[in-house]
Amino acid sequence: MGFLDLINIRKTFGAADAVAEFNLEVERGEFVSFLGPSGCGKTTTLRMIAGFEPPTAGQIRINGVDVTSKSPNQRNVGMVFQSYALFPNMTVAGNVGFGMKVTRRPKEEIAARVKEMLALIRMPELDNRYPYQLSGGQQQRVALARALAIRPQVLLLDEPLSALDAKIRVELRGEIRRIQRELGITTIYVTHDQEEALSLSDRIVVMSAGHIEQIGGPFEIYNFPKTAFVASFVGTLNQLRCQVVDPAGGKLSLEGQTLLSNSPVSAAAGQPVLAMLRPEELHFGAANGENRLDGEVLSVVFLGAVVRVQVGIGSSVLTLDALNERRLTLPKVGDRQTVSFPPHAVWVMPAS
Amino acid sequence: MKKRTNFWGWFWVLLAMVYFLVPLVGTLEFSLEMLRGIRSFAAYQAVFDDPQFAETFLFSNQMALLTIIASLALFVPTAYWVHLRVPRWRPVVEFITLMPFVIPAIVLVFGMIKIYKNPVVIGPVMLLQAPTNSVLGTNALLVAGYVVLAMPYMYRAVDTGLRAMDVRTLTEAAQSLGAGWFTIIVRVILPNLRAALLSGALLTFAIVVGELTLANFLDRPAFGPYLWLLGQHRAYEPAALSIISFGLTWAALGMIYLVSRGRGGQAQVAGAR
Repeated sequence: MGFLDLINIRKTFGAADAVAEFNLEVERGEFVSFLGPSGCGKTTTLRMIAGFEPPTAGQIRINGVDVTSKSPNQRNVGMVFQSYALFPNMTVAGNVGFGMKVTRRPKEEIAARVKEMLALIRMPELDNRYPYQLSGGQQQRVALARALAIRPQVLLLDEPLSALDAKIRVELRGEIRRIQRELGITTIYVTHDQEEALSLSDRIVVMSAGHIEQIGGPFEIYNFPKTAFVASFVGTLNQLRCQVVDPAGGKLSLEGQTLLSNSPVSAAAGQPVLAMLRPEELHFGAANGENRLDGEVLSVVFLGAVVRVQVGIGSSVLTLDALNERRLTLPKVGDRQTVSFPPHAVWVMPAS
Repeated sequence: MKKRTNFWGWFWVLLAMVYFLVPLVGTLEFSLEMLRGIRSFAAYQAVFDDPQFAETFLFSNQMALLTIIASLALFVPTAYWVHLRVPRWRPVVEFITLMPFVIPAIVLVFGMIKIYKNPVVIGPVMLLQAPTNSVLGTNALLVAGYVVLAMPYMYRAVDTGLRAMDVRTLTEAAQSLGAGWFTIIVRVILPNLRAALLSGALLTFAIVVGELTLANFLDRPAFGPYLWLLGQHRAYEPAALSIISFGLTWAALGMIYLVSRGRGGQAQVAGAR
């Protein structure tokens, strides 16, 4: 049993399942992300933990206590919203102290906690500002401080960075993780941004169409996806349609060229399968592994740190990411190139 | 090019001001001419000297205040709940609130008199004497009628105020911080509705103070019937009264402006950043 337990949670809206068979144990102090496309049920699940939506079936336990039928204001769960949701009529200090004022804590205690929280979010000077006088990033910091001021058992964040600029997003991401570590607070973070999920989380729950696809650490999710959905949703992925040549030897055929894989192949010889490959595992030239494919450069996109090149192998398209270097000569569209990679970079999934 | 725009801009502003000010200046002129040949405040003097003016004005103000309280108590929670929980009912509720525009006050007042001239009875139990038989009962009917008349304005004001903020998320934020419904309405929703409620209250006030039909047929000593009576029998005093009530209205508007500006956050409620 974990600190936060979601046991067989189901939620139906009308006839459709928004969330089904959701089982998760979160340890105390753990940072868990729910990752998935919009409509996958991640926010609905978060709202059930907060108490804004009652689950149709199942049980939610926090620290061993069943909170399934408790109202949101009895759960002691902190929530941060995408739209900040600061109270416009209150100052920063008023917002941060609101939760304690509601529970009638003594004035000195509130003042001390507000001060502590503002120091935590590194905005000690701005206690008298109103929300409209703050930038988006500052508002979200205040919202975080407000949620933490009640010393919640669990902190819930619902796409907290989605409304912010790219740069602020990365900065605040680091702040959230730092504060979470400092307080050791159990945190659930909802996002559709895989980079956020990968960089922040202890564990990631990848969701699709209301159910869990895979639960695991960022490294595991990225490198060892269990389903085709996880593989394609997290990171960029080459999915190449191949024919099985020798199932035991992991030998496949792509447009007449041979492809070797270390992963087991369950289909029989002659059957179609999908060979999966991360773009960053591919290299130009023949020196980087037993697999060598010849093709024509279709496009070259310079992204800064990475150069993304598409190579056509017959009718298949292979995406390759090369790290930028100053001495690099960029390939030209129309060039013939050899792409090489080791067999362990390839894993095989049944063709749907 | 820029100069041209400026010229036409000022032209329309001046035209609007002339349209607005000429009748006002005319009325003011006329109200000062009670004594032949000289300008004086005699008409104003006469208005203030009439004890009925103070009595009816006070009475109507009290009714207006009660109407505002009753309609706030009724419409704020209703509009809030509609926004929060049953947004798909909004068109229906809006339609209902617009009914007083379609149904004349005369129909309303006769309907009320027809029903409430009898005791309120459920089965064999009499709950209430006929409300029209007592002053208290009739005043209650009057306020109830005013609430209906003011409904389109008051509900719309509250609704607009609620639209300008993210009611649902603010409510959820307050809930997750431990607040109950009462705290949420009083500490979060109402303060952010202040400007909207003030304008709703002012409109309600303006409607109630000048209202004639309900007060007349329920036979209450209100300001509306007094104004009407005065207009029938006097020449200069009604003009003076117009100027007075105009001044009061502007004073109220100015107050709203000040209050809604006074606290930084209010005016910015809708201004997302």
